[in-house]
Amino acid sequence: MKYILQFEIIIAISLVGELLNRLIPLPIPASIYGMAILFTALCTGVIKLSAVKETGKFLIYIMPMMFIPATVGLLDSWSIMKEFLTAIIVISLVSTVIVMAVTGRIAQFIIKIKDKEAKR
Amino acid sequence: MRDILAGSLFFGVGISVGTYLIGTFIKKRCDFFLFNPLLLSITMTIATLLVLGIDYESYNNGAKYLSYLLTPATVALAIPLYEQVRLLKKNFTAIMIGIASGVLTSFVSIFAMALLFGLGHTEYVTLLPKSITTAIGIGLSEELDGYVAITVSAIMITGLFGNIAGDAICRVLGIKHPVAKGISIGTASHVMGTSKAMEIGEVEGAMSSLSVAVAGFMTVAAAVLFEGLI
Repeated sequence: MKYILQFEIIIAISLVGELLNRLIPLPIPASIYGMAILFTALCTGVIKLSAVKETGKFLIYIMPMMFIPATVGLLDSWSIMKEFLTAIIVISLVSTVIVMAVTGRIAQFIIKIKDKEAKR
Repeated sequence: MRDILAGSLFFGVGISVGTYLIGTFIKKRCDFFLFNPLLLSITMTIATLLVLGIDYESYNNGAKYLSYLLTPATVALAIPLYEQVRLLKKNFTAIMIGIASGVLTSFVSIFAMALLFGLGHTEYVTLLPKSITTAIGIGLSEELDGYVAITVSAIMITGLFGNIAGDAICRVLGIKHPVAKGISIGTASHVMGTSKAMEIGEVEGAMSSLSVAVAGFMTVAAAVLFEGLI
């Protein structure tokens, strides 16, 4: 019963997200609307953590598997990618490393400064 | 036999979950970074399809039910985020500035390398959404008139790479603070990186989830500034 209710809450929020995605002409997917809705509902206490926790964590736990079908789809787009495959792979990998470096380093730098200020 | 498998509704999910299980088993036995369960599973699934001569469409006819769960699972990412809301409030400035600089860096680095490779306008805008989550990336690529299928591929390559190497890259770059590590992985490699960040730690996972949403919004908002450059 508990898990069924948890699953239904998460599915219902996904449904609302889907509706917002259809109604609002922005390229924001149902999942991101849903994440924002659930987060707001948890913060305001409209939904209690215990009403979604176990099922939500289970979904997150098995999440990596959900990427398999789409990634296997690289098989199909192979032929159109061939022409500039090197560019796609090099740009994807190199820019990922650079973005990680800049994002992480800057955030870490600001956190450290703030921590020092707080200690003073 | 081939026809039975190709027509089966359960073959797609069966082979995906089965190879993922084998992948986690190999990872447990031998902790080498390329032995990433997701990478192993994808490789084995593609190999199986090629050997059996089953096309992607038949496979995905069943496997799409795995992808179906992606929306509710992404919604559920709000749970770890809520559990870390105190950390989010405490480090709000650092998190927002970090993600914003990551989004800008993504655009600038793609622009620079597109020049280097001599890419045309369509190829360039196709790659601009590569660091954000697939559903937002598809929308953005359509809006910029890119090749949507290639955008999806670049997003997958980026995400897979973040999932495999994100932890190691942060270690090499000296990104140790769990909040910084989480937003670094999430901003660079969206939900696929986040599923790895979740395994590294609760704080990393929560911050990575937040970055996926925030970086997605910022990318859509800032894309207009960069789309006309090439």
